[in-house]
Formats: sequence, C-alpha cells, structure tokens
Amino acid sequence: MTIPSVLPASPAPVHDELELLLRLGDDRLILGHRLSEWCGHAPILEEDIALANVALDLLGQATLLLRRAGEVEGKGRDEDALAYFRDAVDFRCCRLVELPRGDFAFTIARQFLFDAYAVVTLDAMKRSTSAELSAIAEKSLKEAKYHVRHSGEWMLKLGDGSEESHRRVQRALDDLWRFAAELFAADDVDARLAASGMGPDLPALHAQWNAIVRDVVGRATLTVPHDTPPSPHMPSGRRGMHTEHLGHLLAEMQIVARSHPGARW
Amino acid sequence: MSARPSDASPTRDDILAILDTVMDPEVPVLSVRELGIVRDVEIHPAGGVTVVVTPTYSGCPAIRVIEQDITAAIEAAGIAGVTVRTELSPAWTTDWIGAEARAKLKSYGIAPPATASSGDLVQLFRHRPPTQCPYCDSFDTELRSEFGSTACKSVCWCRSCRQPFEEFKAF
Repeated sequence: MTIPSVLPASPAPVHDELELLLRLGDDRLILGHRLSEWCGHAPILEEDIALANVALDLLGQATLLLRRAGEVEGKGRDEDALAYFRDAVDFRCCRLVELPRGDFAFTIARQFLFDAYAVVTLDAMKRSTSAELSAIAEKSLKEAKYHVRHSGEWMLKLGDGSEESHRRVQRALDDLWRFAAELFAADDVDARLAASGMGPDLPALHAQWNAIVRDVVGRATLTVPHDTPPSPHMPSGRRGMHTEHLGHLLAEMQIVARSHPGARW
Repeated sequence: MSARPSDASPTRDDILAILDTVMDPEVPVLSVRELGIVRDVEIHPAGGVTVVVTPTYSGCPAIRVIEQDITAAIEAAGIAGVTVRTELSPAWTTDWIGAEARAKLKSYGIAPPATASSGDLVQLFRHRPPTQCPYCDSFDTELRSEFGSTACKSVCWCRSCRQPFEEFKAF
C-alpha cells in the first residue's frame, strides 16, 4: 500500500514487535486515562469505584507493554518516557479510545466494544511466539474477562432499561461503530506479525468479535448500526493519524511530567 | 529475627521464614507467601539472594511497596545482595491461597475466594454459588459490585445480618 504524502510524517518503525507493543500499550494507556476522568463523577458510587478499578488495570497493562516496548527499542526509554515524552503523532492507539468520555452510555458502549476486542485478541496472543508478550496476554486476559462482563452487563441494563437509557446507548453505538471498525483494519505490520505468530490475526478474529458484540447488542434490544467494513484506507491511529482529541488529552496527561522532568515523589 | 552467624550463607528455608513475616500492605493478615505472590527463592553461590514474585493484578499499586518490604526484611536479617525479580507467567490466581490463609481472611472479615473459573471469554450475569457472610456465616447474601476498595476485592451484602462485607475475588 502506498501511503499518500499528506499523512503526518512518522519515524520508520524500529521493527514490527515494537510497533505491536506500542499499539497495545497506547490503547490501554489512553483508555485508562479516559476512564479515570470519571473518578468522582460517575452516576453512582459503585460505578465510580468500578471505572477507577478498570482504569487501574488498563494502566497496569500499559505499564507492562510499554516497559517491554522500551526494552525492545533499546534506546533506554522506559514506560514513563514513552507515556509522557512522546507527541500525538508518535502514539499508536486506535481513535476509538481517544474520543471524549461523553455520557455514561457512551463510556459503557465504547468500553464494551474495546473489551470484546481485548478478550479475543489477548486470548489469541497467549500463544504468541514472543514469551514476554504471551505472559502479558495471559495476565491481562484474566482482567479483560471481568471488564467485558462489567461493560456487557451494563449494555444489557441500559439497552433494555428505560426509554432514555435505550436512546442514549443506541446513539453512542451509532456514533462509535465506524471507530470500532478501525480495530480490525489490519495493515502490513499486522499482516507480518500475524504471519510470524507474534501478533493476533485481526481479520480472523473479527468474526469472533462480531459474534460477541452482535449477541449482546441483540439481547440489549439495540440495533447493530450499518456496517462499516474495516479497510486499510481508513484513517488510523495505528499509523499516527489521530483525532483532534488526543492532543488535548496528552496535554493534560503529560504536563506535570514535562514541567518537572525527573521529579520524584 | 534469630541471630545468624554472618559468615554462613543463608539457606532457602531461612529466606522463606523471613518472607513469612512480610505482610501484604492491603490485607495485613496475610503474608506475601500466603497470598501466593512469592514464586521462588534463588540463593546465589557467590552471595546474594533473588526473590521471584508475581503481581496479583497488573495495576496493583501495592507491588512496589511489597518489593521494598521484601528487600528490607531480608536485609534486616543481615543478608546483603537482595534482588526482587518479577515473573508474569504463570499468572497469579487466588487458588494459590491455602486453607489456613483463607481462615485468616474470614476471621479478618473478608470472605475468602471461591475457586477461580476459566471458561468462556464473555460470561454475563453468571450464576455463582452464594458467598458465606464472614460475620454471621449466612449464605443469604448477594453480590453488590465486583469492584471494591482494592482490585482484589468485591462488595457483597448479607441479608441475614444486614451488613455489607468484602469478598476476596476468585481470580
């Protein structure tokens, strides 16, 4: 595939393994940050605690993945250097996780689409040819399974709940659907990683994800939006093409570390 | 800690005995060994000790403190060259918590974990055997939230003694 020259210039990937670790780690770092924005603001106390707990798990997984990314890169960058001292164009998260948190229905719908993606890909990566990645996947899958139970049960409660909750979660699903397609839009890097046995075979896992999502959406009395098939030509956070929201999120997330580099407490 | 001649290198059992005194900071009735965090102890012939640990949850904020506590406890016994190494696989499970430790949890007011299940990737509204209330032993309880004050605990409610209680999550 030829990448048009209008794309933001991104440094050539050191190699595919690093690229994979950044994609996996950045998804979790950014989504964990978005979830943490609910701390003190969730509709009920139990949800405030639940969303903060899930955020903490995702940040923990991001720590493991970005630490490994730093080791693979071999330039002396640790997980903090990668989280706090890269600019938006160097982040490899999907655009789904960058979107502002919206209302509770939007947060839950986004979380459910991501959690379903997480369980199918982590389950596959337990068999990764990378021993380090396989160990992180084995550990993270146990957490992702109760994350998807939490977000999936909320999809049923909101979709099959009041008229208001149904309307809001359907609207969220409609708005999010095209961003979810990006999760499975495999590029050349993904294809090589899948062929080598290190990374997940995204096109093959798409059917499994679809089955999980369509089952829950149907039981929640919601409607699956008109399909946007994954395409390598859609804008992709995996190649550094982000929404306008990522820069704002990073400004807030990175300001303390950048204002006081090397600070310890 | 019992006095030990400084010229004798410590045995594996010496180190394990020290680790029995290192408590989990968030559940201080269980030692790091009882919790199943300590996976191995390596005694280096040239001197020095490595303790192999595994985290409970990826984001457990206590893991750094636990590592510092392990190092400090072994050094306090006059043993130098302590390192702590983290291994993720096999992933930690509450099934590694033994019967004696489960009894300690219950008397501390935390319902011990049920057997961890694997199974399907997505299990919504799954049926789970009722948890026994650690205060009144009733099984007439309900799960209020899978998420509690720490990553490892969920929140339950006892309909018999009408009290909330925490349960160590089966994981």
